[in-house]
Order: sequence, then C-alpha cells, then structure tokens
Amino acid sequence: MAKTFKGRVVVPGTVTAKALVSRGGFNTLASYQSALMFGDKDVKCGDQNNPDIYKKPMIGVALCLPQTIGSTTGGMVFYTAGALGKLPACMCFSKPIDSLAAAGAILSDVWTETHMPVVDSLGDEFLEYVKTGMSVTLAEDGTVTVE
Amino acid sequence: MNLTPEQQAILNGEKGEVLAKVMKTLVMYGDAFGAEKLVPVTSKYGHTVISFGINTMKPVYDLYDQLLASGAEFQQKFTADPLPLDPNVPSNLLQDLVFKQFMYKLQPRYEEQLRRMGMKDGKDFTCACYFDEVGNIPEKGEVLSWAESSAVVYANSVLGARCNRNSGIIDVMGSMIGYVPYFGLLTDEGRKATWVVEVKTTKKPEAQLLGSAIGMKVMEDVPYIRGLDAWLGTELDKDAKAYLKDFGAATASNGAVGLYHIEHLTPEAVEQGDALIAPGAQVYVVDDAELERVKASYPVIWKNPNAKPKLAFIGCPHLTMDQLIDWTKKLEEGLRASGRDRLAVPTVLTTAPPVLEEFNKGPYAFRLKKTGAILSYICPLMYMNNPLSKSMPVITCSNKLRTYTSAKFYSEDEIVGVITGKENK
Repeated sequence: MAKTFKGRVVVPGTVTAKALVSRGGFNTLASYQSALMFGDKDVKCGDQNNPDIYKKPMIGVALCLPQTIGSTTGGMVFYTAGALGKLPACMCFSKPIDSLAAAGAILSDVWTETHMPVVDSLGDEFLEYVKTGMSVTLAEDGTVTVE
Repeated sequence: MNLTPEQQAILNGEKGEVLAKVMKTLVMYGDAFGAEKLVPVTSKYGHTVISFGINTMKPVYDLYDQLLASGAEFQQKFTADPLPLDPNVPSNLLQDLVFKQFMYKLQPRYEEQLRRMGMKDGKDFTCACYFDEVGNIPEKGEVLSWAESSAVVYANSVLGARCNRNSGIIDVMGSMIGYVPYFGLLTDEGRKATWVVEVKTTKKPEAQLLGSAIGMKVMEDVPYIRGLDAWLGTELDKDAKAYLKDFGAATASNGAVGLYHIEHLTPEAVEQGDALIAPGAQVYVVDDAELERVKASYPVIWKNPNAKPKLAFIGCPHLTMDQLIDWTKKLEEGLRASGRDRLAVPTVLTTAPPVLEEFNKGPYAFRLKKTGAILSYICPLMYMNNPLSKSMPVITCSNKLRTYTSAKFYSEDEIVGVITGKENK
C-alpha cells in the first residue's frame, strides 16, 4: 500500500528509486571513503558501525536517513561523489537537514552535472515506515510516496 | 533571502561566473536553514578542515583551481587542519608506498593551492589553530567561516565567537567572498541551551569521556553544563582551556555539538547565566556510573580484540605546550613504575608545528625523546583513515580518533599503563 509523506524541499526535483534506509545517523566519510578510494562502481557503504546499510550499494538509491553525522569533511565527500557520478538518486531526511549534508547536496547541485533532489523534515513516521528495497517517489513539491 | 545590492550584483554575475556560483552556493546553503541575510565574516583569519591532497578527492582540487582561475581575491587568510604525512611517524614499507605514491599523491598540488588561496603561514597546519603559538584567535562575537568540528566548538564555546558547523569547501568559500549566511549558531536564539547537564561525579571527569557522554546524548543541540566549574574553577586559565579543547572535540565528534556553555566559566554563561537556557530544556545527569556505562559501550572493532597494540596516538586534537610537558612527566613516571627505560608501545604525541618548534627548544624535548615517544605534527585521523592502518591495532585516549577510526579507546591513566609496560609487569 502506498503511503505519502510531506517534506520540505532542499534541492528540488523528481525521481523514483529503491529505498536504502539508515535508521541511525549516516556517517558520510565512513560510508563513502573506501568506495571512493577503490573506485567501487556500486559505491558500497563502508561504515561498519552502521549495520543497516554496511556493504550495501548506495549509488542510484533513495537514501532515507535521519541526519548525517561525523566529520566536517562530509560536505566535500558528497561533492566528490557528485562530481564522480556516484551519489544516491535522492536523499530523504526524516529530520531537518544538518549543515554538512546540506552543504554537500548544494555543492553537488551548483558545481557538478549531477542532480540529486533532497527533501527533509519528513518526520519520524517516515523512517519507521520505509524499508530498504521499497519504491520511493519524490515529487517536485517535497511529497514522498513510499510503496 | 534579502541580499545587499553588492551581494546581488555578485550573484548576478557582475564579478564573474565563478564568484556568482560561490554566492549561489552560500545563498542556497542559507536558504536551507531559513537564513534571511548574509553577514560579513569579521574574524581576521579563516580555518579550513581540508589539509590533505588525497587522490580520492581530486574533484575538490579541480574546483579550487576554478576558484583560483577566477582571479578573485580571497577576503581573508586562513589556517588549515594538520598535515596527513610525517616521516617521523612509524609506518611500514607498504604504508609508505601507498601513502606517498597513491593516497596523498596530490599533496604538493593542494599545498600550492592553499598557498595561493591565502594560507596564513606555511607552518599553520593544526586543528588547534586558536593556540597562542599559532595565533588564529577570534575575538568574542566575531563571525567566522571555519570548518573542523573541534575548532568550531572551541571558538564558539570558549572564545565566544560565532560560527556554524560548516563543511569543508563551504569554509573556503566564506573566506573567499567574505560573507556567511546568518542562521543557527550565529544567532542569539541558536545559542540558547536546549539541554541542562548536571555533572555529579565524585572526581574530576576525564574530558574525553565527559564530552563523549554529552555529545552522544544531546547530538547537535546546545548543552548548558552545571557542576563542572567545581572541577575546573571559574577562570579560563591554561588548564581549563586545554580541558575544554579535549572535552569539546569529544562532544563534536561523538555527537555534533557546535557550542556548549559551562556555568560560571565560559564567556556567555558568565554573562548571561540561566538566561541562556531555553524553556523546556531537557536534563541529563552525569555521574560516575554514567561515565562507566558510556565507556563500556564503545565497540572494539579490531579483528582480534586482544591484539597487542602496535601504535598509540596521543593528541587528537593537538596537544598544548603544557599538555606536552604533563605527558612527558607522566611517561617518565610510568616508566619508573614499570622499571623500563623505553616505552613498550610505539607512541606518537601530536601538536601544532609552532608548538613543536618551541617545545623542541626546551628541556622537556630531550626527556620526552628519551622515553622513546615520537613528537609529530601529523593528523592521526589522516594516518588512520585508510585500509592499511585500519587493520592495525592502534590505541588512543582521544574519543575523536576512536569515533572515526578503528583505534581502541583507553582513559589517560590506562593508556599510560599500557604504553609504559606497567600493565604487563
């Protein structure tokens, strides 16, 4: 059964992708470091402290998360992933976006050819409902449909 | 967002396409947090978290080439985080090969970019840019464009400056254009505490542990901490500042704290007291049992959790001059107690290059060297953040290093016991 959630648009756009769900904070540097370093085409998550997504491919997915955590290099890691065409298809935050993720999403949008729509403030219920592998559709107005 | 005519002109491209994109980036960044305006960066110097020319991040240096090619003058000079390589730090042949020939191949290119963009001084590579010896010390109320979580939380909390937890690249763009969006920790409202932390320990809590506990509890919120002045006093002297440096780094890395207030001690808490506490603030009590619980919760992710340590790092964030002297004495005492002449585990103490230079002129340098310890300006995180080092059993008393790497955490007393061989006596 499809369920919709209304969020706030950070980077506008529409996309449909399979969900990859991190229920805890997403450590950007730890998640991307190995994949970027070794040119992993699937961009598998390297954060062994995040069992929800560890070793799972992150490219082209709808990354569903509360917020990002960790190093203030986080924004530049997202930017690098964007420049190399290795970002998720979109990012859906249950909480208000944090400054590092916002920086990364915006840097990618302004300075690379990659376009990754981002929506935040979807609420705790969103993260409770969405499961890895579900289909997530993000609309221009920040509506997220999960089915 | 309401822009001034000058800011709007830059956004419209009147000063070139690259500056327009820089302005667009900062405006979008502010819009994401409801900022209504950009405000001037008022500090003398900026600080950037990116100090490494790592192969993986080549697009970042390509972007910086674009900034430099625009010909625009940077509005302020800046300091940068510690360097990723130091030949004094033990490494095997494979590590040397990988570090120099592969991982940090772009280091010379990036250091040249830093110089051209406005690095304050060739020696100013440290996460503790606010040390007297380095001289990037903002005044209370000044607006900063810094990144490096431990430096940002120190500047906000101990110095009373105003800075958000910016990302790398955003920090440099703010320094370049001279404006940052006005939101979050730049505003009076954003500096109010939404947590009250009651410290009720029976002894002075270890800075790295207390910071970790508070960071994990409050995450990105602002805590107002009561009871710590009983252990630190009410004057921001050298000891208190060194404690708060380590404490803050742990709050910022184990959580995402950008500002804390210590009752009767930090500048805004001294001035405003309870008025800094937002209505409905939550309460967190930290006692001895809570600190023990937090310490016991740290995962050990070594393949063999009982492996013999191959390396110890002390100084993340970088050590102050007084801390270096204290560690020298502690290591000497530990060796005396264990009946050894030299440390049992290769141990690296890290500090800012100008501090290292000064320390090496004094009598303690010889004494520290005699213990077998190595003094370095390296960034332990950069050393550890690769698969080769990740598999090494490294120990530390830094909760930041523990959080971001595979290093195993020990309290300061415990690590002295291990590295001086007291534990195996």
